[in-house]
Amino acid sequence: MTPAEIRNEILDILDDISPDEDLDSLDDEKPFREQLELDSMDFLDIVMELRKRHRVQIPEEDYGHLASMHSTVTYLEPKMKEI
Amino acid sequence: MSIDGRIVSFWDHELAEASGFGIGLKGRLPRDISVSIFPSASTAQVVGCPPNVIAPNRASKLPDDQRIVITGIGLTAPNGNDWDSMRDALLNKRSGVQPYEIRYFGQTLAGICDFDTKRYQTKKDLRRGTRAGSVGVYAANEAVKHSGIDWENTDRSRVGIYVGVTEHGNVETENEIFVIKGFDYDTSCWSHHHNPRTVANNPAGEIALNMGVTGPHYTIGAACAAGNAGLIQGAQMLRLHECDLAIAGGTSESIHTFGIFASFNSQNALASHVNPAEASRPFDVDRNGIVVAEGGCLYTLERLSDAKARDAKIFGELVGYAMNTDATDFVLPNPERQAECVNMALRRAGLEADDIDIVSTHATGTSSGDTQECSALRDVFGRCKNTRINNTKSYIGHAMGAAGALELAGNLKAFDDHVVHPTINVDQLDPSCELPGLVLNEPQQVPRVDYILNNSFGMLGINSVVIIGRI
Repeated sequence: MTPAEIRNEILDILDDISPDEDLDSLDDEKPFREQLELDSMDFLDIVMELRKRHRVQIPEEDYGHLASMHSTVTYLEPKMKEI
Repeated sequence: MSIDGRIVSFWDHELAEASGFGIGLKGRLPRDISVSIFPSASTAQVVGCPPNVIAPNRASKLPDDQRIVITGIGLTAPNGNDWDSMRDALLNKRSGVQPYEIRYFGQTLAGICDFDTKRYQTKKDLRRGTRAGSVGVYAANEAVKHSGIDWENTDRSRVGIYVGVTEHGNVETENEIFVIKGFDYDTSCWSHHHNPRTVANNPAGEIALNMGVTGPHYTIGAACAAGNAGLIQGAQMLRLHECDLAIAGGTSESIHTFGIFASFNSQNALASHVNPAEASRPFDVDRNGIVVAEGGCLYTLERLSDAKARDAKIFGELVGYAMNTDATDFVLPNPERQAECVNMALRRAGLEADDIDIVSTHATGTSSGDTQECSALRDVFGRCKNTRINNTKSYIGHAMGAAGALELAGNLKAFDDHVVHPTINVDQLDPSCELPGLVLNEPQQVPRVDYILNNSFGMLGINSVVIIGRI
């Protein structure tokens, strides 16, 4: 997957997790939590969906990389480039 | 004294004793006549009185802060999403049973609710929570709105939530197993939401979260006696002053678990019929089982003193209740214990069987269950001339944990409209269900309704009865 495709996939997951949010104005550089009403259970949903959809395993020590859209795509790019 | 079939209790046993009649003496009177007892009198005097006079019950002698009244009703049933529309459906014989398909089991029938799930919850709430929680959130908010309580200024730490459930967690567990089956049963794909969705307090807890209630919340697991059990728990907590407002009743999400259909089917107790609206047919000779339904009904209960203080509209008073246990079988009911439960509720209410105007039966449409309940009712009400008997499951199916609360709500408007809705789908009454006072297929207008007795029984022999009085 290209970085753009990974971004779209994350947007799709966020749309599932937070269906009431407007994601069009999401700032890729800002942390998700500053822009969306996400709690720790929602965050685990991102991890779970990546596991279910793409068999991507994200160890707990790497959760910090999923803070913003930019950092998430950067972190996932090497893991998902062959998908 | 025998003027008509109506039994009127003496207001005060001490006065009755002083009059020479002794405790428990009853006079049979028409509805517009009451008995007046004077300590000095040697006989009871029959006097005309306004038609509004109600046969006295024991609860009416309690102080107002021990009298528990219904001040709001919120519900979703397969044939209505509020109290008015459900009543209209019952009086116009509209069923809520529909064709239904569920994974693994396939085609069947169910009582399905179509309430507006987003009226009180966001899409995210709905995704994270359970159907039982959503039903509960809807019913609780509707009840509070109906009650006219100034919710914004209500001390939420003094609100208690008591929700009866038949079961909880089967739906969510089946869902997770279905999901991980797609991942070769890899348990790392099992949702982290599973535990908060399946803890036994979930439906009550979701209501608390939604409404900002910080008082006690929990569910009452009481099989299909749970709707009544929720009401009883709420009343007890109010009497103990553990809360000032109780949101109490029952919810059910049971149509979303294939297991309940499969289990009833294996028990030869799942209804089938070419016409869904005719599938739930308690007391009919051709009944062939239960129609599983979802739904919820929650009441706002308050102490009479509090209800009076805010000039609340009161829809009925909980004048008596009882719960007991068969201790005889996992599934087969015991009519002797059921009759004991009904009699206990009557005794606690200080009422005679003939004081009850409507008996709302539990009957589910199974062969043995209906017969056994009718046997119990024959024992208690067999000689009553004024008592009408009906069944609401014939319209909506069996709403499990919500059944008792919903079926009571379906009857409560009879206090005002004096109409007893019928048991529908009785083309040929099973002789073993023959009872005086059965209201079948057509609504029946009655002179007045003062007391409604609501039966709700469940597996493992749990029995519950509540009696609501007009106030």
